[in-house]
Amino acid sequence: MLRSLRSDPPLTLRQTGPGRVHLVSTAAGPLGGDRLELRVDVAPGTTLELASVASTLVLPGQGESVTLVEAWVGAGATLRYAPEPVVLAAGCAHRMVVRLVMEDGASVSWREEIVFGRHGERSGACRSRFDATYVGAPLLRQEYVIGDPASDASPAVFGDARCAGSVLVAGHTPASPPAPAEGCAVLPLAGPGTLISAVAPDTATLRHRLTWGERHLRPGDV
Amino acid sequence: MSANHDDRHDSPDPHGRALRLGIGGPVGSGKTALVAALCRTLGPVLRLGVVTNDIYTTEDADFLRRAGVLDPERIVAIQTGCCPHTAIRDDIAANLDAVESLEERFGPLDLVIVESGGDNLTATFSRGLADQQIFVLDVSGGDKVPRKGGPGVTTADLLVVNKTDLAKHVGADLTVMSRDAAAVREGKPVLFTSIREVPEVYAVAEWVIGVVEAWAHAKRHPHGRAVPTTNA
Amino acid sequence: MTSAALLLLADSRLPAGGHGHSGGAEQAVRVGAITGPEDLARFLQGRLATTGLVTAALAAAARDLASTHRAGAPGAPEPALDGRGGWRELDAEADARTASPAQRGAARTQGRLLLRSARRIWPSAALDALAAAVPEGAHHPVVLGVVAEAAGCGSRDAALAAAYTTITGPATAAVRLLGLDPVVVHRVLAGLVPDLEGVADAACVPLAWEELPAHAAPVLDLLAEQHLRTEVRLFVS
Repeated sequence: MLRSLRSDPPLTLRQTGPGRVHLVSTAAGPLGGDRLELRVDVAPGTTLELASVASTLVLPGQGESVTLVEAWVGAGATLRYAPEPVVLAAGCAHRMVVRLVMEDGASVSWREEIVFGRHGERSGACRSRFDATYVGAPLLRQEYVIGDPASDASPAVFGDARCAGSVLVAGHTPASPPAPAEGCAVLPLAGPGTLISAVAPDTATLRHRLTWGERHLRPGDV
Repeated sequence: MSANHDDRHDSPDPHGRALRLGIGGPVGSGKTALVAALCRTLGPVLRLGVVTNDIYTTEDADFLRRAGVLDPERIVAIQTGCCPHTAIRDDIAANLDAVESLEERFGPLDLVIVESGGDNLTATFSRGLADQQIFVLDVSGGDKVPRKGGPGVTTADLLVVNKTDLAKHVGADLTVMSRDAAAVREGKPVLFTSIREVPEVYAVAEWVIGVVEAWAHAKRHPHGRAVPTTNA
Repeated sequence: MTSAALLLLADSRLPAGGHGHSGGAEQAVRVGAITGPEDLARFLQGRLATTGLVTAALAAAARDLASTHRAGAPGAPEPALDGRGGWRELDAEADARTASPAQRGAARTQGRLLLRSARRIWPSAALDALAAAVPEGAHHPVVLGVVAEAAGCGSRDAALAAAYTTITGPATAAVRLLGLDPVVVHRVLAGLVPDLEGVADAACVPLAWEELPAHAAPVLDLLAEQHLRTEVRLFVS
């Protein structure tokens, strides 16, 4: 049961099924200077699926654009967060912050895909920080920095990939993770959860790799 | 607790731990064959563990496994980052850690053999890692090798000259090798072997049992000499 | 202020098992991602900006925690022993920043070896407390921070040593594996000195542990996992 759904442009929330909500962009952007916040609470024992209709194109503007997503997943609740990719248009300066707080027995699948510029253009700049805690203990803390000359095109960081993505599957550890495939690894975390991490030359390949990882992690569930 | 535990392995005090025997020598001289032979001969009488610093492949593991008497779990391979001599002499931390992990899992042990990666004549084990060490040469390197000396030949507690069956084919004079080795080693023992022909390596095994017994004796009598030390 | 002890801490001859780790370079060489000094330089710069920054920040935090304990009343019970607000929590922060199990394994192995040697070189209550609190072996930067404190280094020195070792390991490995001119590789390292200074500064910005840098390098994670499953390995990581 969805108790409340509140949103303002440029992002609109639409219920598209029982326990399913789509994020719909009703304006361009975010643009430099925009600050978008999304707060998600999943009550104990309930299930929510969040998706988006189209990819998000981050554009330059006045200063930095920021998206902040805060999610709380109650005891025994399930959240599947699978928006379409974020595309960093040339010249943008973007910051993404995700704070995911999970209570005991929570089960979460959280996808992020970042595309380094539209076709044929240089990537804009972006810092994407992801913090997930499970019953108060840190589960995953990661920050991707894109558009920094120190790490761009480094064979240690993204190599020659044009996009990078991950799926955090929390509350679930695989019995035997598969060996890494080209551009994708299934990484059991120290805490209860697994990160599927991928880099790819294009978004279709990226999605394919992430799906491959998910299928190996949870056979029959993807 | 943890402090005691560390002291047990880090100090030269022999109490409570196995004798650590280093086996070094140039590439191809027969170190791995000697380790396998010792496992086969000593396995029934001593509680053993092996740490190998050689490039360790499934093939090597199979070779030691085929030796038949040592549980493959008791063989630990460590990677030396292309520097086999560093791992046994200058920075022995990884080897100490491997020895300790074997003793923790399978202990108490009587003997842990540390096999070095193939190196040159100057490679020797740190006394912080090996209580006793064997240096393995083979005759195909020529009968002048013992005369050249080098720390491996001169300071090892036991020098093994292997592949004596090849001596006649490579024109190596075992008498010369024996005389030269005795001269540079100031009386420390030298044994000639052909592991291919006599895979039990009785004489080497007997020497090893001797040093293990001396070690165990020192454990029981802490105020005596640890092991007859033949060099300062 | 930089201390002379930093030289000991950052020296590749410190007998703590560092020579066996390539920081992903062995696998990068194997897959053709490092072939010469140019891509080695980009590899090192990227590694420094990600893993280097994270380990430097963790080392500085560990050094500060050890220093706090030392400042406690003489003879007072060691606050780290119960693990609350202490070593296990900081170690868990390192875990959360290391998604790859292969990299966590390598970090704990290196940490264990450093602790083993450091407790004999710089005996201290903080090192004993760390060993007791994380008996399975703490992450290398956490150990390095405590060793830095025991050796008399400040936080920035701890950060510098941590950042420096994240690039010297792969640089040396590349020399050994590719036969690169060691002078050229040292010139590459010299070129990274401003980056090292910047990373050390960024690592010492006072932050709550949860807010410390968490810069990730997905390719390093991939390389580490591939490396672990490669049959012939000359380096541990």
